[in-house]
Amino acid sequence: MFQMASFKIKPEHSGPPELYYNETEASKYASNSHITAIQHEMAERALELLALPEGKCGLLLDIGCGTGMSSEVLQDNGHCFIGLDVSLPMLTIAKDDEDLESGDFVWQDMGKGMPFRPGSFDGAISISAIQWLCHANSSNENPRKRLYFFFQSLYGCLGRGSRAVFQFYPENDAQCDLIMSQATKAGFNGGLVVDYPESTKKKKIYLVLMTGGVAQLPQALNEENDEGRSQIDNAGRSFVWNSRKNEKIVKGSKAWIDQKRLRQAKQGKEVRHESKYSGRKRKPKF
Amino acid sequence: MKLLTHNFVSSRFLKDVKGGYPLKLSAQKIETKDVEFNEEFIKNIIPKCDFSALRSACESINEAANLPQTLPENWIENEELLKELHRLLFCIDIIEGELQCPDTARIFPIKQGIPNLLVEDEQK
Repeated sequence: MFQMASFKIKPEHSGPPELYYNETEASKYASNSHITAIQHEMAERALELLALPEGKCGLLLDIGCGTGMSSEVLQDNGHCFIGLDVSLPMLTIAKDDEDLESGDFVWQDMGKGMPFRPGSFDGAISISAIQWLCHANSSNENPRKRLYFFFQSLYGCLGRGSRAVFQFYPENDAQCDLIMSQATKAGFNGGLVVDYPESTKKKKIYLVLMTGGVAQLPQALNEENDEGRSQIDNAGRSFVWNSRKNEKIVKGSKAWIDQKRLRQAKQGKEVRHESKYSGRKRKPKF
Repeated sequence: MKLLTHNFVSSRFLKDVKGGYPLKLSAQKIETKDVEFNEEFIKNIIPKCDFSALRSACESINEAANLPQTLPENWIENEELLKELHRLLFCIDIIEGELQCPDTARIFPIKQGIPNLLVEDEQK
């Protein structure tokens, strides 16, 4: 799944994923080199954020694997994988791919839970899939419940201390908060890693979730540790932990005064001119 | 579906199912593919596998002939066994068959090598 240009509606608004990714859409998707390149890059980054012990190959879960592009990245890095998707046409393409030999695929809707026994996986990645869970496609679907059930079952099938990394394109802060709150409720801790926050086109958001225990946080990359990285340029990467998007402005602060002044000016009311002195602390009077 | 997948799949996601493992396997059509043997791979995956579930799955498709009853302690040095385990976990592909939930007896069909674990809500 890829980011639609702004004039197009997002695919998840058009209906359930199993209907959107039909045979034509699936084969279009698999043969588009632009999508392939982006998916690869994002899967590489997601795998990096999993922070698996070096040199050890593990069993990873690929949630919403589609035609197996991200699974290929897992395999190329020496891991086994199990891919899961709700679209059969996509899975059929993945299954027929002779190169994807060190893994397997399962047909399941992520909102109905992860069909694996406890502690199965060393980690999970998901590329552009989780936003599909935020929409109700029938009256008996509750996005909040589906997300919670999904995270809960995912938590169960991950080994202790392992992580799940989700790349997704949030529509707005509310959607971000919805996903985060359900993940936290299910027992995960973690936060968002935002790559290239300044660039509209390159901006990528990864939700890094960790299962209990003391885990090392993914490091925000800077120029000092940038050596030896050839594929991804890390300029301007920032790290947001437990971001509270709509932090309330403290009443009486300078920001509050400015906001109020601007709002009243907008309403056409007469306001004081902008001054650097507004909201300053006064010395105690004798 | 590979036996690797079978070893990790469980029907715990169904309502009121606590165990849901292992799923009973029956196969109509099996293919064997050549997958490159990677010793490290197998050594890493075996401790995660449930050996008795693997053995019963192999028995149900008549592939358990070279598999011991229990995993011997020195399995890590036994190259022949590692190769056999690799063959069982990665090379055997169940194309047509069924998985059955041990608790609710629900059937999950396997078609074109992909197990279908989707359930409709009313049956959930």
